[in-house]
Amino acid sequence: MLTTTSAPDQDLVDGLAQPLFVLGEDGTRHPDTTLDPFLHDADEELLTGLYLDMAVIRALDDEAVALQRQGELGLWPPLRGQEAAQIGLARALPETDFLFTSYRENGLAWCRGVGAQEMLSVWRGTTLSGWDPFAHHMATPQVIIAAQAHHAVGYAMATQAQGKDDIAVACFGDGALSQGDLNEAMVFAASFHAPVLFFCQNNQYAISEPVAVQATVPIALRPTGFGIPSLRVDGNDVLAMRAASLLAARHIRSGKGPMFVEAVTYRLGPHTTSDDPTRYRDEEELETWRHRCPLGRLERHLDQLGASIEELHAEAERRSEETTAALREAVTALPVPAPESLFDHVLSTEHPGLLRQREQFRAFTASLAPEPTETAQTGGPAS
Amino acid sequence: MSTTMTMAAALNAALRDTLETDPDVLLIGEDIGTLGGVFRITDGLQNRFGAARVIDSPLAESGILGTCVGMAYRGMRPVAEIQFDGFVYPAFDQIVAQVSRLHYRTGGLVQMPVTIRLPYGGGIGAVEHHSESPEAYFAHTPGLRVVTVADPQDAYSTLRAAIECDDPVLVLEPKRRYWSKGEVDSSVTADLSSARVLRRGADATLVAYGPLVVTALEAAVAAEDDGIDLEVIDLRTLAPLDRDTVAASVRRTGHLVVAHEAPGNVSLSSEVITSAVEDCFDRLEAAPERVTGYDTPYPPAALEDHHLPGIDRILDAVDRTLGRRSSREVA
Repeated sequence: MLTTTSAPDQDLVDGLAQPLFVLGEDGTRHPDTTLDPFLHDADEELLTGLYLDMAVIRALDDEAVALQRQGELGLWPPLRGQEAAQIGLARALPETDFLFTSYRENGLAWCRGVGAQEMLSVWRGTTLSGWDPFAHHMATPQVIIAAQAHHAVGYAMATQAQGKDDIAVACFGDGALSQGDLNEAMVFAASFHAPVLFFCQNNQYAISEPVAVQATVPIALRPTGFGIPSLRVDGNDVLAMRAASLLAARHIRSGKGPMFVEAVTYRLGPHTTSDDPTRYRDEEELETWRHRCPLGRLERHLDQLGASIEELHAEAERRSEETTAALREAVTALPVPAPESLFDHVLSTEHPGLLRQREQFRAFTASLAPEPTETAQTGGPAS
Repeated sequence: MSTTMTMAAALNAALRDTLETDPDVLLIGEDIGTLGGVFRITDGLQNRFGAARVIDSPLAESGILGTCVGMAYRGMRPVAEIQFDGFVYPAFDQIVAQVSRLHYRTGGLVQMPVTIRLPYGGGIGAVEHHSESPEAYFAHTPGLRVVTVADPQDAYSTLRAAIECDDPVLVLEPKRRYWSKGEVDSSVTADLSSARVLRRGADATLVAYGPLVVTALEAAVAAEDDGIDLEVIDLRTLAPLDRDTVAASVRRTGHLVVAHEAPGNVSLSSEVITSAVEDCFDRLEAAPERVTGYDTPYPPAALEDHHLPGIDRILDAVDRTLGRRSSREVA
């Protein structure tokens, strides 16, 4: 069977000249022919909800950073600056669509109902995976860059084979563009018309490396080489992000194959709490992006609509305090698993080699325990 | 009930019978559809079950395995074919860091019933990257079962058991034995956790697996001429290792020789011998011996007969462990 292929088509990407947006930096609503059809339900109530979501995940993120600084978490990857991208996506999809994410998508996890304990346990080091992927339709965070893109495509191919209409989402950053896995995943998705959304949060840096090291053309142009249509969207405009996600999900669900969304955004904080971004970013650049803060922009828009900003702030504060208090409580309440559980679930059944090691471990730890009667007899403090 | 067929036909039959009975099973790999695979192991299956269940994939090994991970998340039981041993390395991350550890990482919530079929080993005069024995890399990976097959019946039963297993299983298929014939009974089942004692003997235990099982059995026949009675064990399951069967045998014979094609450095023979030393040091009457590929990259085909353990090198090692005159004393 011979098939013809066409050359990469720049018409496959929308927003190339300028990322699509509907809210100006001053909060003014701008028309956009691509996104407007997906904005008819954007009333004050919906906008308020989006604002509160963003405020809460920012508070959650700040609290987690504080907890790490206080030694309660081993590490934390802050998402500050990327709230609009994550909330815009999360609030556009039904919760049955399955998310395969990297490690910075705690805003998505929060929207999917992942509890504070579940979210923090990985970073506290008490588990390798905090939550039940099937309960939240969200795989556990992927640390290897871009590996999850394949998982999303495989999942999508399976839903397709089962004749279901839910879709899978692969979330990744700009650094993933350089990995073979993402590029292979786009080949698979395009070739099999897999119902998968490739969702790139281009936050401008892969740890210290600027996006120019990963891509010399706009990221959203890359998928067009695979025949995958894409949108380049202002990732700090939550309304635009939500509309773009709705558009992409409808496209994919209608059987037209995969789609790619690039959220052009900025990580305001470090890559992780181990990182020092002052070594690779200047204050001027940071200041530019602080002005593009997704919360401020939506707040100005709500103000223009005549919403009470005072009430908005009060509600945001109330919900944020609730969330951060739960987070703080969750950390200290996180149980350290029983030491012997390190042998659990290696395979679906026990095998003799591991049983032997478990027995040896049990005997060794038992040998370390002080004899209670001897301690009582000597009566002295343990040396 | 049983039929004579080649190992290749037995593997094909195992895939066919599984596709027939389990709608969640699908095959994915390069050239496995219309062509039926470069070794024809999937011959006719796409025609019979359709392109949605026998999927010709893009040429991307990491993609094949990563896609299987997502499919398994959604409840499928994918069977991936990697075309040749030397091509498995691009998929290394997806095998060792993804498919093998998701069950552990999620505390048992996510199962990865992914079967990875890998034609492996030398002896067919192939070019570079087509004759490797990478089993030690994978046997070292917790969460992954690694098995290898030796004859048509074992190939049929073991592959079916691998696909039915809820754990990821790497099935190493010795490609130089694809065309060897034997009886296959489709009602025979295999378990993935035990070695097979193929020949009883009193003087020394000879452990082999995969392509070298036939060689080991031939060596045992040849040893009879010298009055040596060899016990032959097919390890079959490389991970988790069935060290108990090996230990039980060594306790009786007091001597151990391990043979495989892979380089000996940090290999399965290292593990088998260490296990035997730990388990039954007091019953060993001499130092165990191993006969392996040399610690070189796989050599050009013209030299592979020197690299691969044959009957004579195995018997030479048997002589050494039994205290007889061997090549080491000739020089």
